[in-house]
Amino acid sequence: MFADLPLLSLLIWLPILGGFWVLAVGRNDSSAPVARAVALLVSIVTFVLSLPLFFAFDSSTAAMQFSEKLAWIPNFHIYYSLGVDGFSMPLIVLTSFMTILVILAGWEVIQYKVAQYMAAFLIMEGLMIGVFAALDAILFYVLWEAMLVPMFIIIGVWGGQRRVYATIKFFLYTFLGSVFMLIALLYLYSVSNSFDILAYHKQALPMNVQVWIFFAFLVAFAVKVPMWPVHTWLPDAHVEAPTGGSVILAAIMLKLGAYGFLRFSLPITPDASHALEGMMITLSLIAVVYIGFVALAQQDMKKLIAYSSISHMGFVTLGFFTTYMITAHSNPASAAMAVEGGMVQMVSHGFISGALFLCVGVLYDRMHSRQIGDYGGVANTMPRFAMFAVFFGMANSGLPGTSGFVGEFLVILSSFKANFWIAFLAATTLILGAAYTLWMVKRVIFGKIANDHVKELTDIGARETLILTILAVTVLAFGIYPAPLLDVMHTTVQHLLEHISHTKVL
Amino acid sequence: MQNVYLAIVLAPLIGAIIAGLFGVSRRVAHTVTIAGVGIAFLLSLFAFKEVVFGGHTFNQTIYTWLVSSGIRFEIGFMVDSLTVMMMVVVTFVSWMVHIYTIGYMHDDPGYQRFFSYISLFTFAMLMLVMSNNFLQLFFGWEAVGLVSYLLIGFWFTKDTAVYANLKAFLVNRVGDFGFLLGIAMVLMYTNSLNYSEVFSHVEHIKDMTVQILPNTEWSLMTVMCILLFIGAMGKSAQVPLHVWLPDSMEGPTPISALIHAATMVTAGIFMVARMSPLFELSETALSFVLVIGAITALFMGFLGIVQNDIKRVVAYSTLSQLGYMTVALGASAYTAGIFHLMTHAFFKALLFLGAGSVIIAMHHEQDIRKMGGLRKYLPITYWTGLIGSLALIGFPGFAGFFSKDAIIEAVHHAHELGRAGSGFAYYAVLSGVFITALYSFRMFFLVFHGKERMDEHTKHHLHEPPAVVTFPLIMLAIPSLLIGAFAIEPMLFGDFFKNVIFIEHAHNAFHAEHWHGIVGMITDSFAHPPVWLALSGVAVAYYLYLINPALPESIKQRFSAVHSILMNKYGFDQFNEWFFAGGARGVGGLLWKFGDVKVIDGVMVNGSAQAVHGVALIMRHVQTGLLYHYAFAMIIGLALLLGVFVIL
Repeated sequence: MFADLPLLSLLIWLPILGGFWVLAVGRNDSSAPVARAVALLVSIVTFVLSLPLFFAFDSSTAAMQFSEKLAWIPNFHIYYSLGVDGFSMPLIVLTSFMTILVILAGWEVIQYKVAQYMAAFLIMEGLMIGVFAALDAILFYVLWEAMLVPMFIIIGVWGGQRRVYATIKFFLYTFLGSVFMLIALLYLYSVSNSFDILAYHKQALPMNVQVWIFFAFLVAFAVKVPMWPVHTWLPDAHVEAPTGGSVILAAIMLKLGAYGFLRFSLPITPDASHALEGMMITLSLIAVVYIGFVALAQQDMKKLIAYSSISHMGFVTLGFFTTYMITAHSNPASAAMAVEGGMVQMVSHGFISGALFLCVGVLYDRMHSRQIGDYGGVANTMPRFAMFAVFFGMANSGLPGTSGFVGEFLVILSSFKANFWIAFLAATTLILGAAYTLWMVKRVIFGKIANDHVKELTDIGARETLILTILAVTVLAFGIYPAPLLDVMHTTVQHLLEHISHTKVL
Repeated sequence: MQNVYLAIVLAPLIGAIIAGLFGVSRRVAHTVTIAGVGIAFLLSLFAFKEVVFGGHTFNQTIYTWLVSSGIRFEIGFMVDSLTVMMMVVVTFVSWMVHIYTIGYMHDDPGYQRFFSYISLFTFAMLMLVMSNNFLQLFFGWEAVGLVSYLLIGFWFTKDTAVYANLKAFLVNRVGDFGFLLGIAMVLMYTNSLNYSEVFSHVEHIKDMTVQILPNTEWSLMTVMCILLFIGAMGKSAQVPLHVWLPDSMEGPTPISALIHAATMVTAGIFMVARMSPLFELSETALSFVLVIGAITALFMGFLGIVQNDIKRVVAYSTLSQLGYMTVALGASAYTAGIFHLMTHAFFKALLFLGAGSVIIAMHHEQDIRKMGGLRKYLPITYWTGLIGSLALIGFPGFAGFFSKDAIIEAVHHAHELGRAGSGFAYYAVLSGVFITALYSFRMFFLVFHGKERMDEHTKHHLHEPPAVVTFPLIMLAIPSLLIGAFAIEPMLFGDFFKNVIFIEHAHNAFHAEHWHGIVGMITDSFAHPPVWLALSGVAVAYYLYLINPALPESIKQRFSAVHSILMNKYGFDQFNEWFFAGGARGVGGLLWKFGDVKVIDGVMVNGSAQAVHGVALIMRHVQTGLLYHYAFAMIIGLALLLGVFVIL
């Protein structure tokens, strides 16, 4: 029944148009309630429309599904071409899911330019879904760049005190990165006479060209993930961003970089990826270990969670780039666990980091401080909140039974097949992750009431409880029964591994 | 039977959810959790009958957690005699602790939360012991760790409590770090995480070697078993990962009994016994286990002598007894280790709950120097405490006697086999017997006998706690007295653990033909040192703390260096605080301030911004806006271009 609907187009354009609708109805702050209601409605409808992607998804094929293709600029072979596979589909559903929560999270908190705030998130939702669904390189690039604009506005308008520094850093970093990607895409066009991403997958390329293209992509994606050493924009951006901005940034935008590796780097330049695996694994492990230590030293809750995000994303890239070492010992299928672990980690990190930023937001809304030192003994005055904070803290520490465990577990298990020491370093997250997360929990949540501000805190209300409950249930559900999430990606992963095991060098 | 096993696991979980999440009254909270654990206990007894007498072992998948790379990660139960024994012990002790809690936590505002946690713990522990695969084992392993964390920090306004729970969690994570690598290794070499598949595959890999460091060849089984054992060292608090257990006493006493004595801390022992088909293949790993256990058994016992906090004495005794169990494992006497695990669960839970009873009566005073003469005020606590203490020191006929003697016998056997480290271990466990008796009865005499050293107010209010507190004491005293005599023959000499625990024939210290009955064992024991060591420990304690109380003080003065080493617990805490905690914070701060802020942001990011700025400053001199400058530049440029063409 969904085959006839241009579902992906709906998912892209509904929130974008919905965003403009919100702008139209909420031109001044007196009509904010209407703007909120419309925004929520649009986000819920978008989410509901994204569900058929999951339920009607054919997990037996690696081919693109729900495809659409229209000529856009035929002279240059540019098409409006969409489709999803096992990599992009879960991320699209994640995007539409998180957007609802972000709209809800900003419900009472945002009192200034409400409609614009809501609209920015809806428009961004559409653009992000578009990036995941795009199969045309130019379409991908346009959406990829366009996405920066709403985020730039969100941080710049509703952000904290140093928002200007943070937005410029964020914008320059990501923009600079993507320029190199554009060059790579134009080069690929020049050799294949096409902007079809899937055609690039089949394009034979000599080794030196592959290396150049790999690095061009790497700059773009590494900034987004972010990987060490191009990660320093993220803590600044998170600290200044409003809660909703942080949630979207951590939950979805970081995933775009990792997605880029799956969609572009690995399949287009498999030989370069192979040759440079050592570098990629090293950078991933630096993210896990080095950033883990840096997180330990943070005094600002948002910075701590931002560093924690970088560390957790290290598992994603680690999973993706250990594949060659694993297959060197056995057949390509044995590396599937690494890639799937990375994918699960992406989705799970979306929920958990989103939840943690929401938790910080809850505290920030009440005390207007993100400093760990300003808190202490919050559990005394906010017991219900404390329960959620401890739960998500545990999920962030990778406790089995939560989704945070699944990805790390799979990546550590499979990286052991690559090399003992890789697994050894990756597994330090068991200690480091627990140390920085639970130490923060201890200092903020536990202990005696630290000061009068904490004493006057009020516990979370129905709306906040609802948001955190939804996330907690999701985190638990994927921790207890992750099979459905993996089942949709098996064939796609298999196909990727099969594809990258063949050399492209002629 | 699958539904029965599901019910056993889920009943405590449902109780925990109701008590914890639905804001129910105190009455409802304790009713549902006690009912839940009670159901689990009764069904476990039924399962015991089915498995042990009916011979119906169970090994089935409940559901597939996920599939990846063709490997099925499953949740499933394996219920054999080892499991079912653990299930009965866990649910029974848990049930008793639940009942006891009604009295102990009576005035606590977190009453419902507490019941929810201990029921959740029971669920997690059951998942751990009933697992048929490493994944679920690890789930249960971490879940009991979580509940332990929550319960140590139950009184979260107490700084020492929230320090202790973080420490406990992190130290356990160090163990889990090794454990997880061990699991990864199992998966890599056997392509499965299911116990029976792993055990049947192990034949093919037992002679393999691995290269971890360049130019070294290590036995695969040794590396794998030691990695797995590191997990056990964390959970079962073996040196040097023992440091969290004494601090865990910051939690309420019922959980010290349930989690930090009877059940959770024995998870490591259980795991190694479960993995006996792996450990039996590496003598080196077994020696490692043996030595670690012996160090723990002996040196943690010493610390018990100088402690003055009633719970900490029992805690160090737990550490030492866990060392005994570990020694048994290292001597290939897995059955003896499990046997001691079981007897210890009863008598140590009893001792802890007895300590709790004393603490209630003393209005939360825990210093044994301020007690004394409590015998006449707390008769039930006294008599049950005596039974527990006699069981602990291995007094002939009591539960601990049989299990401890078996361990010593097994180490002796290992020594005869020439297992590395067993000589040291043998003398360690022998001396440990004396030490155990000394610190146990030091505490016992200081608490129950001698001068009444408490203040008048406390003395005035001294009385036996209510029946919900004393009933569990009596219920635990019965197995502390009897279970050893009942269980030793089937568990060690019979075929209770046949096809469950695997021991190479030559390694086995217990053969049916050596069994001369309980009476024979008791009379026999008087011809061997352990009993005399235990009795002399009691005698020395009696002399030092009742007859001549001034002497311990002068010994303390005389050997003040030794005393201060013991008081500082060999300096483990200071070292960890300085090196690991301080070091990690220092490294983190350095990497952040220097690596991120100075180098990356300072030099690379802002540096390149400044470079752009600098170049722009120079470049803008070119754009002067004067027409003749541009004209001049054009002419020069044209000339150069022409020159190039001419030359080419």
